[in-house]
Amino acid sequence: MPNERLIPCLLIRSGGLYKTIRFKSPTYLGDPINAVKIFSDKEADEIIVMDIGATSENCGPDFELISDIANQAFMPVCYGGGVSTLSQMERLYSLGVEKVVLNSAAHARPSLVGEAAKHFGNQSVVVCIDCKKPFFSRDYAVYTNRGKSRINGSILDYAKYFESLGAGELVLNNIDLDGTMAGYDHALLKKLGEALSIPVVGLGGACSLEDMRRAVRESGIAAAAGSLFSFRWPERAVLINYPKHRQVSCNE
Amino acid sequence: MIAVIDYELGNVGSVLNMLKKLNIEAILTNKPNDLKRAKGLILPGVGSFDRGMKQLQKYDLVSVLNNIVMEKGKPCLGICLGMQLMGQASEEGDMSGLGWIDSSVRLFQRDPDRPRLRIPHMGWNLVKPTHVDFPLLSGLERQARFYFVHSYFYPADLKYGAATTEHLVPFTSVLSRGNVYGCQFHPEKSHSFGLKLLSNFYSIASQSHCE
Repeated sequence: MPNERLIPCLLIRSGGLYKTIRFKSPTYLGDPINAVKIFSDKEADEIIVMDIGATSENCGPDFELISDIANQAFMPVCYGGGVSTLSQMERLYSLGVEKVVLNSAAHARPSLVGEAAKHFGNQSVVVCIDCKKPFFSRDYAVYTNRGKSRINGSILDYAKYFESLGAGELVLNNIDLDGTMAGYDHALLKKLGEALSIPVVGLGGACSLEDMRRAVRESGIAAAAGSLFSFRWPERAVLINYPKHRQVSCNE
Repeated sequence: MIAVIDYELGNVGSVLNMLKKLNIEAILTNKPNDLKRAKGLILPGVGSFDRGMKQLQKYDLVSVLNNIVMEKGKPCLGICLGMQLMGQASEEGDMSGLGWIDSSVRLFQRDPDRPRLRIPHMGWNLVKPTHVDFPLLSGLERQARFYFVHSYFYPADLKYGAATTEHLVPFTSVLSRGNVYGCQFHPEKSHSFGLKLLSNFYSIASQSHCE
């Protein structure tokens, strides 16, 4: 299978590691640096670290913590949370962050995506779209502000828009499935995977290694997970884990 | 001592971090005297080609590096954009590169029949050496995988190609011209594989007889 990427996603807030369910009820898991060290020792493909407090608390990235995290990681670190300026991005890259995720800032000022891509190269710029189904709706909608504010426009339209602006990767974060380990929404991921030519990452709902591999296989995307790599299920006992290192095969 | 070139580009934090883990003394610098006294240089790089060249010019590094690396023969390892800057030009930009490698870097083209091969090339991939007994890849001859994140590449038939990788097309993932080395991937982000490669580079640099 070409180049599968299985990516742990870590949520941080005020310096601690947390896990949410549908973007709510954050449970404290422990020290993020320890978790990153474990993922690095287990040779995880890469990790995504998102600060879920940074934007709402308007305090920007915690550079000191991010630096400590990057120092523990000998695999790529993709960081998001509270990023809204090029100078913040520059500082993050110099600390050892490989890719920076824009979410709220991309919606608030889409031109930032293009500016960042021009300055840092599109391979360093990721946009994350959060989605869930509003009450009594069968269709997904796009949300900002950690799931509190719905905005007009479909996931696919936004995804293609950010791709056209220069995003090098697109993460789709499924709020409804976050923390549930109910299984990815494969139909949604397939639509997105087929619509874009840049790399795509599906996040939210992963229930097993096979579920992740199915997303990779069926949608041609990378698969990310929080709960699956953080807990022993169903008792949700904290257990940072990652599958044994696999051989990657050449792209055909 | 290895000098990691500071031109405000590249995730130097990770490179320095991996060298630290290897117990290799390293400094981040753009001062000519530091670069001269180092046993080897690393030119990191994340960003766009023109910005890379502009930053090298901003710090007056072009002539310094031409002197230290091309004239005096100090071992130099270019990583990702750093490797690309060693060429003549890039489809990404308008500026000329360092010209140490007479080739230009070009953009991957989508293949409609293989839509899952996306651009940028992002993720782990196999690196296959083209020659045996190539010191930079010593111990990495089989099944070596590294992390790639790039949209531009040197062609596979590069005169100074030392290893190839496949993504849409075969391309040069490692180059070598005397004391000049380049890797398109990020060893500092490639776990044990990267540790080995950087360790090899340090061995090469330590044994070099350049002044």
